[in-house]
Amino acid sequence: MASTTGAAPDDAMTTVGNPGDGDAGTHPVRRRDFINIAAVSAAGVGGLAVLYPLVSQMAPSKDVLAESTTELDLSAIQPGQAIKAVFRKQPVFVRNLTPQEIATANEVAVDSLRDPETLTERTKEGHGNWLITMGVCTHLGCVPLGAGEGENKGEFGGYFCPCHGSHYDTAGRIRKGPAPANLVVPEYEFTSDTTVVIG
Amino acid sequence: MSFPWAKAYEPKAPLMRFLDERLPLPRFVYNAVGAGYPVPRNLSYFWNFGILAGFCLMLQIVTGIVLAMHYSANALVAFNSVEHIMRDVNWGWMLRYAHANGASFFFVVVYIHIFRGLFYSSYKAPREMIWLLGVVIFLLMMATAFMGYVLPWGQMSFWGAKVITGLFGAIPLVGEPLQVWLLGGYAPDNAALNRFYSLHFLLPFVIAGVVILHIWALHIPGSSNPTGVEVKSESDTVPFHPYYTAKDGFGLGVFLLIYCLFVFFLPNNLGHPDNYIPANPLSTPAHIVPEWYFWPFYAILRAFTSDFLLPAKLWGVLAMFSAILCWFFLPWLDRSPVRSGHYRPLFRKFFWFGLIPCMAVLFYCGGAPAEEPFVMLSQIATAYYFLHFLVILPIVSLVERPEPLPYSITDAVLGTPENDGTVKGHMIQGENARPAV
Repeated sequence: MASTTGAAPDDAMTTVGNPGDGDAGTHPVRRRDFINIAAVSAAGVGGLAVLYPLVSQMAPSKDVLAESTTELDLSAIQPGQAIKAVFRKQPVFVRNLTPQEIATANEVAVDSLRDPETLTERTKEGHGNWLITMGVCTHLGCVPLGAGEGENKGEFGGYFCPCHGSHYDTAGRIRKGPAPANLVVPEYEFTSDTTVVIG
Repeated sequence: MSFPWAKAYEPKAPLMRFLDERLPLPRFVYNAVGAGYPVPRNLSYFWNFGILAGFCLMLQIVTGIVLAMHYSANALVAFNSVEHIMRDVNWGWMLRYAHANGASFFFVVVYIHIFRGLFYSSYKAPREMIWLLGVVIFLLMMATAFMGYVLPWGQMSFWGAKVITGLFGAIPLVGEPLQVWLLGGYAPDNAALNRFYSLHFLLPFVIAGVVILHIWALHIPGSSNPTGVEVKSESDTVPFHPYYTAKDGFGLGVFLLIYCLFVFFLPNNLGHPDNYIPANPLSTPAHIVPEWYFWPFYAILRAFTSDFLLPAKLWGVLAMFSAILCWFFLPWLDRSPVRSGHYRPLFRKFFWFGLIPCMAVLFYCGGAPAEEPFVMLSQIATAYYFLHFLVILPIVSLVERPEPLPYSITDAVLGTPENDGTVKGHMIQGENARPAV
C-alpha cells in the first residue's frame, strides 16, 4: 500500500490520487491501475496455464497411444472365414471374402445405399478379397455378429448387430436397421501378401 | 458475528439480488473474505499462513483427485501404476511432484501457522475453539500424509506402514490385535494398502469440513493481531478486501515461487530415494526415517530407550501422542491475560531460546540415525518440550510482569496523540509500526 491513510484502491481511482502515483491530473493511467491490471493478468494467465495439464492428463496416456498399431498374420484365414483381432482395445474383423461374396457386394447399386461406397473403395488394390473393418457397430458401438463360425450374419450375409438390429452386407455396408454408416475401415497396409499392419 | 461497522452486502445486479434472496452464497463470501469482514489493520505477513494452508488443502485435493484417476491401489500393481503416472500419463510427473511436494509445503505452512499461534497466544479466549479445531486439523493432516506416503508402495512406504502401525502394538493388552486389525493382516499388504487409499481419499474432505468450522469459529471474535489487543473501534480495522486479499495475494505469489522451485527443480529433495525401490517385506532399508515433517515427533518416539514402570516402547508412543495432545490444553495452561509475545518479556525468552531451539534439535535428531549423540540430544529436547508446555508456560504466565500494552491497535500503529498535539509513539516491538503521519 502506497499510503496508510489513503482511500481504498477503488476510491483512489476516481479521486485525485496518492503520493507516489505520479501526476494523476495529466496521465489518465496511473501506477496503481497498472499494478492492479498486471497482478490480475498474471494470476489469470497462471491459472489458465495450470488448467492445461489438468485437462491434458485425461487424454490417452503414452502407453495407450503405444497400442495404436496391430500387426496381423493372415496366412491361416481361408476364403469365407473371418477373425476378430484387437486394435486399440476394440475388435477388428478381418474377412477373407469368397468370390461369390465379392460378386454379391458388387451387384448392389451404390446409389441406393445409405452410405454409398463400393467394395473396391473399402479394400486395398491387389487385396480385394480382404475386408478389414472395425467390429464396432456405427449405431451405438456394440460388436456385430458374423465374424465367428455359425454366427448370425444378418439378411445380407455380412454382419448383424444384435443390439438394435443393424444388418451389414458382405462389404460391411449398412443395409437395414438404425446404424447411420458402414462399418469403419481402419487405416492399414499390407507389409507382405499375408501380413497387415493396422493403424 | 463480526463488528457493527462491517459493511453489509448490497447486491446491485438483478441476478445477484435474485441469488441473494434464495441462496446467499455471494453474501457469505463477501462476509468471509470480502469487504464485509473487518480485519485488524496491523496484521503482519505471519497472518498469511491461514489462507496459504487453505490454498495447500485445495491444491492437494485437486492434484490428488487427478492422481487417483491413474493410480491403482493393489499391492501387485501400485508401484508400477505410480511409475505409469510418472512416465506415461500426460503431465503425470508434474501432478505427482506437485502432490508430493504439496504435502511438504502444506506442513511448512501449517507449522508456521501453529508457531504464529504459539507466539501470539492465538489460543487464548475468546479463540480457544479456533485453536482446538486447528489441532484436530493437524492430527488429521498427519494421518492423511502418512497414509498417502504408503500408497506408492515403495520400500519406505511399506516400512513406514509397518513401523507406524507397530506403534499401536505398544498399547498393553489390545495392542497386537489392534495392529493386526488396522493392517487387516500380520504385515502391510493388499488389505492395508486398500484401506489406506480409501481413507487417504476421505480424510482431506473431513479436513475441509473441520477447516470450515475453524473459519466459522474465527469469524465470531474476528482475527487476532500482532499486538494481541482486541479491536475497539472501526479505525482499528480495514476491510479484508482489498487490503488483505492483496497482502495474501502477494504472500501466495512468494509461496508459489518457492513451491514451484521444488516441484520443477528439486522434486525429490524432500523424499527418500529408497521409495523408488518396490516394497520388499523381507528387507528393511538401513536408515529408515519418516518424511521430514514427522521428524520432531519421531525424535520424541525414539527418545525413550529404557523401561521405567512401563516398557520403553509404550513410553515413546505415549510421549509422541502427548506431544500433540498437550496442545489441546494450552489455552488453560497459559494463564497470562496478555496475548502477544511482544509484550511478554519472559515468555518471549523461553519461546525464542527454549521452544524454538528445542524444536530444531528434535527436528534434526528425528532425521538422524538412532545413535549417540542424537539419542541423548532427543532426550534432553523431549524433556524440555514437555517442561515448556506443562511447567514453564504456566509458571511464566503467573510470575511474569508484562510490558505496557497500547490502548488500541490504532494507537500501536499511529502512536498516541499527546495533549500538546504532538504524536508520541510508544511501540515496544516496532515491527508493525509505521512512521506517524
